[in-house]
Amino acid sequence: MTRPATGRRADLWPARLHIVTGKGGTGKTTVAAALALALAAGGRRTLLVEVEGRQGVAQLFGTPPLPYEERRITGAAGGGEVKVLAIDAEEALLEYLEMFYRLGAAGRALRRLGAIDFATTIAPGLRDVLLTGKVKESTTRTHNGHRVYDAVVLDAPPTGRIGRFLNVTAETAKLAKVGPIKTQSDGVQALLRSPMTAVHVVTLLEEMPVQETVDAIDELTRLRIPVGQVIVNEAQTPLAAVGKVTQAELRRGLTAAGLPTDKATVTGLYAEVRDHRTRQELEDSLRGDLAELGRPVLELPLLSGGVDRAGLDLLAAALLAAPTP
Amino acid sequence: MSSDLHPPRLDVDRILSDPGVRIVVCCGSGGVGKTTTAAALALRAAEQHGRRTVVLTIDPARRLAQSLGLTELDNTPRPVKGVSEGGDGSLHAMMLDMKRTFDEVVLAHTDPAKAAEIFANPFYQAMSSTFSGTQEYMAMEKLGHLHAQGEWDLIVVDTPPSRSALDFLDAPARLGRFLDGKMLRLLLAPARAGGRSVFGLVTASFGVFSRVVQKVLGAQLLTDLSGFVAALDSMFGGFRQRAEQTFQILQADETAFLVVATPEPDAVREASYFARRLGEERMPLAGLVVNRVHRSQVPGLGADASLAAAAGLDESGEQAPTAEALRIHASLAALADRERAVTAGFSAEFPHVPTVAVTAQPADVHDIDGLRTIGAAISQP
Repeated sequence: MTRPATGRRADLWPARLHIVTGKGGTGKTTVAAALALALAAGGRRTLLVEVEGRQGVAQLFGTPPLPYEERRITGAAGGGEVKVLAIDAEEALLEYLEMFYRLGAAGRALRRLGAIDFATTIAPGLRDVLLTGKVKESTTRTHNGHRVYDAVVLDAPPTGRIGRFLNVTAETAKLAKVGPIKTQSDGVQALLRSPMTAVHVVTLLEEMPVQETVDAIDELTRLRIPVGQVIVNEAQTPLAAVGKVTQAELRRGLTAAGLPTDKATVTGLYAEVRDHRTRQELEDSLRGDLAELGRPVLELPLLSGGVDRAGLDLLAAALLAAPTP
Repeated sequence: MSSDLHPPRLDVDRILSDPGVRIVVCCGSGGVGKTTTAAALALRAAEQHGRRTVVLTIDPARRLAQSLGLTELDNTPRPVKGVSEGGDGSLHAMMLDMKRTFDEVVLAHTDPAKAAEIFANPFYQAMSSTFSGTQEYMAMEKLGHLHAQGEWDLIVVDTPPSRSALDFLDAPARLGRFLDGKMLRLLLAPARAGGRSVFGLVTASFGVFSRVVQKVLGAQLLTDLSGFVAALDSMFGGFRQRAEQTFQILQADETAFLVVATPEPDAVREASYFARRLGEERMPLAGLVVNRVHRSQVPGLGADASLAAAAGLDESGEQAPTAEALRIHASLAALADRERAVTAGFSAEFPHVPTVAVTAQPADVHDIDGLRTIGAAISQP
C-alpha cells in the first residue's frame, strides 16, 4: 500500500478545521467521511463531526445511531484513527451549563420539562452557536500540550443555509451584547475567519448544484470565511469521446459482435449514445463554470458499487491524489 | 425477489384534474427535484386541466425563479409568462419571503404603532429572518392564507429545504407553542408560579434556569425578549390555533401529499420516513415520485453481455464506435439495475403507495418547455 506523502497532504489540505458543505443530495456526508479518513492516513487522528441530527455517519458506516460522544469509528492507513461525534444541541447546552454553572439534577429536570429543547430550538441562533462552539472546542482542544486531533471535519448544513450557520455568531452578537454567549460567539467567529479553517463545497456536475456552489462561495467570500476546495462528487470518467456514430455503423458493429440488429436495438443504442453526448457536453460546460471560480477543483469518481468501506477508502485516496491540472 | 414488486402506478393527471383536490404538497429531502416537480405539476394543472393554479415555493436559492424563467418572485402570486391559457386555467407563482410574511401577520393583527414597536425589537428581527423553524411556520401561514382567499382551484406547495423533511410538519407546532408564550411566561416570571405547585422541583428548576439564562444571555436580551413576548401576547393568542387549522386542512381529503425522491439510498430513506410520518399524522399520501431514474433503452441487452461484446470488438480492433456505444449502454444498464434495487426498498415497505418513475433528462430543466416535458413525463404511463 502506498502511503501518500505528507507534504502533499499539507499542500492540499492545510487547514485544521475542514467544513464540508454542498447542495442537498450531492453526497456531503460521504465526502466528509472520506476526508476524515484521508487526513487520518499515516497515523494521524481526526474527528468527523455531524450537526444535523440525521445520523448520516452511522448510516454510512452501518453502525447503530451514534450518541453524543467522541467515539472511534474506524482506523485508517498507517495506524491512523477516525473518531466521530454527532453533536446534539441539547446535549451541548447541558454540557455547557454543567461546565459553567454546575446545574446537576436541576439540568435534568429542565430537560424533562422540555426547557432545553425550547432553549435550543427557539432562541435565535443559540442552537447554531452551541454547535459551532462545540466544533471550535474540539478543534482547539489540547492534552498534555498536544492537539488532541490533527484535523476536524465538519459535515455541515447544505449550501442554502451554510452562510447563516457559520455567520450565526455575528447575528447572536447583536442580541447578546455581553456575557458568555457573546464571548463564545466571538471565539467561534475568530476561528472561522482564520487560516485554520477551510470550507469545502461539494457539487455534482449538474446545473443547480454548480449554481449553488458559485452562490455559496460568493456568500462565504463576502463573510470573509476562507473557502478551500471545490469537490466534484460522482464524476463519471468520460468514456473515450464518441464521435458521431450512425445507425448503419451501429448495425455493422452489432453484427460483428454477434448481437441482435433489429430496429429497436439499433435505435435504442443510438438514442443512448446521443443522450450520453448531450450529458457530456453539459458536464464539460459545467466544468468550465467551476474552473472560472479560480479555486482548486478536485473530482471524485462515481462509486459503481455504492458507498461502502472500500468505496470510502477509494475516495480518501482520491482526495490525497495530486490535482489534475 | 423484492425488486419484482410492482407498486400501483401513480396517476398524477387524476389528482390534478380532480376538483376535490385543492392542495398538492411536494415533500422529500433536499436535492431530489421537489421544486421542479412542483412547478411542472402546477403548469400541467393549468394547461391540461384548466385549473387556476398557484405554486408556492420556499427557497432561498430561487430555484423556481430559474425554472420559471422569472427574475423576481416576491410574496404575492405573479402570473407566469409563457403558459398557454387556452381554457380556464392559469398559473401564478410566488416565493415565500419569510420576513415579509411575518410582517404581514403582525400588521394584520395590530395597529401601526404597536407594529412599529414590534418591528424595532431585535428579538423580532432575529426571529423573523434567521430562526430555522420560522420558514416552515410561515409556509404554513401562507398556505392557510392562500387557501382562505378562495381564488385558487389548486395550490401546489414546494416544502422548505429543511434539515429533515419532517421539520415541515414539526416546526409550525413548535413555533406556535412558543408564540403562545406559555413557556416564555414561565421563563420570564418564575416567581409567579409560586412554590405551591405539585411541580415543585420543576418550578425550582425554572428559577435556576431563568437565572442561568440571565447570566448566559445577558439582561438586555431578556428585556428585549420580554418586550417581544408582551407585544405578541396581546394579539397572537391564535398563533397555535392557526397552525392547527392548517394542519387540519393538510389532513383533509382536499390535500394530496406527494413524496419526491431520487433512486439513491439517502433520498429513498427520507422518503420512507416521510411516508411513515404522514401515516402517523393521518395525512393523505397520494404517491411517490421518483425523479431522475435511468432507463436502458435496449432492455434485452444486459450490462455484462454488453461489456463482453465490447471487449470482443476491441480485440478484433474494429467497430470502435459500437464498442464505445456498448460500454455506454453497459454503464446505463448497471445504473438502472442499482436504482431499481434501491427503490424496491420503499415499495417493500409501502406496497400500496402508487409510484411513478420519471426518466432522467439528459440536460437540466430551466424553462417552461422543460417543465412541460417533465410534467408529461410524470404523467406518462
